[in-house]
Amino acid sequence: MDKKQKQFIQGICKSVGNDRTRLMDVVRAVQAQYGCVCSDSVEWIAEALSLHRVEVESQVSFYAFLSGEPKGKTVIRLCNDVIDILNGAEKVAAVLSEELGIPVGGVTADGAISLEWTPCIGMSDQAPAALVNDVVVTNLDSDKARAIARQVKAKRPAADLVRTLGDGNNAHDLVKAMVYNNIRQKGPVIFDVFESGTALRKALAMSPAEVIRDVKTSRLRGRGGAGFPTGMKWDFTRQANGSARYVVCNADEGEPGTFKDRVVLTEYPDLLFEGMTIAGYAIGAEVGILYLRGEYAYLQAFLEKVLAERRRLGLLGKNVCGKDGVVFDIRVQMGAGAYVCGEETSLLSSLEGLRGDPKNRPPFPAQKGYLGCPTVVNNVETFCCAARILDKGPGWFAQMGSKGSPGTKLLSVSGDCTRPGVYEVPFGIKVQDLLKLVGANDAGAVQVGGPSGVMIGPADYGRTICYDDLGTGGSIMVFSAERDILDIVRRFNEFFVEESCGYCTPCRVGNLLVKEVLARICSGKGEPADLEYLQSLGQVMKVTSRCGLGQTACNPVLSTLKNFRPAYEKLVKADKDGFKPAFDIKAALCEAEAIAGRPSEHFSH
Amino acid sequence: MSEKITFTIDGKTVHGKPGMTILEAADSSGVYIPRLCKGPGLKPRGSCRVCTVMVNGRPQAACTQPAVEGMVVENDSPAMLEFRRNLVEMLFVEGNHFCPFCEKSGNCELQALAYRLGILSPRYPYMFPKRDVDASHPEILVDRNRCVLCGRCVNASRDVDGKTVFEFVGRGGHKRIAVDAEAGLGATAAAAGDKAAESCPVGCILKKRVGYAVPIGQRKYDKAPIGSEIEK
Repeated sequence: MDKKQKQFIQGICKSVGNDRTRLMDVVRAVQAQYGCVCSDSVEWIAEALSLHRVEVESQVSFYAFLSGEPKGKTVIRLCNDVIDILNGAEKVAAVLSEELGIPVGGVTADGAISLEWTPCIGMSDQAPAALVNDVVVTNLDSDKARAIARQVKAKRPAADLVRTLGDGNNAHDLVKAMVYNNIRQKGPVIFDVFESGTALRKALAMSPAEVIRDVKTSRLRGRGGAGFPTGMKWDFTRQANGSARYVVCNADEGEPGTFKDRVVLTEYPDLLFEGMTIAGYAIGAEVGILYLRGEYAYLQAFLEKVLAERRRLGLLGKNVCGKDGVVFDIRVQMGAGAYVCGEETSLLSSLEGLRGDPKNRPPFPAQKGYLGCPTVVNNVETFCCAARILDKGPGWFAQMGSKGSPGTKLLSVSGDCTRPGVYEVPFGIKVQDLLKLVGANDAGAVQVGGPSGVMIGPADYGRTICYDDLGTGGSIMVFSAERDILDIVRRFNEFFVEESCGYCTPCRVGNLLVKEVLARICSGKGEPADLEYLQSLGQVMKVTSRCGLGQTACNPVLSTLKNFRPAYEKLVKADKDGFKPAFDIKAALCEAEAIAGRPSEHFSH
Repeated sequence: MSEKITFTIDGKTVHGKPGMTILEAADSSGVYIPRLCKGPGLKPRGSCRVCTVMVNGRPQAACTQPAVEGMVVENDSPAMLEFRRNLVEMLFVEGNHFCPFCEKSGNCELQALAYRLGILSPRYPYMFPKRDVDASHPEILVDRNRCVLCGRCVNASRDVDGKTVFEFVGRGGHKRIAVDAEAGLGATAAAAGDKAAESCPVGCILKKRVGYAVPIGQRKYDKAPIGSEIEK
């Protein structure tokens, strides 16, 4: 057995050329085969890839989908995103727990099944949802949970859980998912008919500099959230010195409440790959990499088929579209469950086979990115926009949207509305118009941009969605008036506690401190001064954190302190006697009482 | 590119050479910017964030940010002092730091920073984490209670000693320093003379049997506050 395992590992390592930067592929394969990357595996991987074992452990321990301890042959990952929770995920968890006889976080005694929580899996418009290994199950309720548990216990393959197939390519032979696209509003940039090769041929008829000029003229800005001008990024990368250049697509769609990239990957992969190929031509890269989040593994085979087809058609490979000397190909790199890898430098670390720690900037990826070479990193939607711009012209694109934010934006809408799904809207749309569109008549709060964005109330519904006002990578969560704002804030905070990489002090420690004070406030033990404390703690995190995760992690708190202050004030008000208990004596005595084996004489009930 | 870079820190003109970080240029000009994770002779990591300064109004870590001609740096202001206090306090409550009987006391950079920044006691609640001690090595002790996750040992072992004895495992609040052997430090290539063993700013990596050798009053930071060696 051990010998077989060692041979398996050596084979996997050999298949990636014993290249240490491909560690992710190796450990993912080992995890899938053996349910964990055990100590022996670590040793053999280290030996084959010429790494220290602690380097392998360091990488494995970073990703939620990898584990040093054995997990079940079948792993059920139930999404605990706030939208899933509000749609009954806890009830689903209770049923699964009961049926399987294990708590969430446990493994069945026979080692067959694990049950765990996982952050947003990109299915908020069909919540609650879960992953059973790589298989997505959606719109869960108690009955479905019971059926899933029984089927998994009966050792039926996870794929059998899919009874009805979703729409569009979700029904494709290589996808076969019960997922729905829920495209609610089409638009001219992304959700429109696209014929492979049209944009690419137009681009190849121009010089690379002219392609970049067109992207600049269109004033396209990055769709991932940060909004950096795409043409400038391409230009910097083209001009940077390097032995090679790379095009990387960020498909690590991890911001809770975002799922528009999943739909693009399912329905418009050619538009994306065409955009990447155009970028490769523009900057002089021969290799493109699609970094696909581990949660979307069910799309991998399909996307690879699309790539193979593009190779067959001459749209990828040597002499792209018959143009001499233009070489470009794309591979898919799977992630393994880490929100921070959506941060572009973390993503590059992860691509290099390392922990997904962000890198120091400067140098920026355009100067020194993947493997130290100039690299363009763009969001899925950005590449799609670029392809369309090359097809239809920069002027056509620039006249849409608002002044500082040309074009359209894909919004992933979820929560308390009648029409959750993906909308392609022109930039500059007012929140109130969007709410009407999605069927949200009773919205008490809207979270724009996911947990790292801001929460606004009705007073701000006249504001517009664009880079100059309410910027967003695409996540729009709607909460009805009766939802508990602080409960939502606490869940967002817990998300950041889980997903902080721990590299820098303010994010690693700050999120835990926020968690502590929010718990205190919500248990009625908070005092008015705690609100100032929260504010200043948030400010420290915002100013001193090393990457966007830490800088924005306190946004749920800071934006609700501003826009929903009464929700906090109600809880920190002094009692009728003018006092406020800030200390829970009973909780403090718990441990001592347990040791003594009797309740405290002075503070008993 | 000119041979000299000139910029200001808190209004004072300082000079540096091209390729220098703000921290290096400040050091060479006798201006102290508080720092913790950046160890002498080691590559900067930019992880503790104590050296955060405002560069033309934007926060940057001085240890990783290149010095640029004409930049305006804010370092020793009430606002920056407040941020640094908060960061150092976070490090204190995150671990288990028992200064009164820690053998690093008086030579500890975390403690010295707290004194220099005027911290009397952290405003944050202590987390009292459960952390372990690795005493398996005959000459070196690793007490994770006192680790501040600065990563100096990681860089020193990899870049200077060429051994990669130390690396981080886990993520977020679960992040901790690990060693390159399942059986503990004793089974690694670590040696008492390693740069990694002496690079620890706190009492986490300690050489055995040399504690408390220097009496109180004569320890490094008893004589002069941290940073004064730069401000000379």
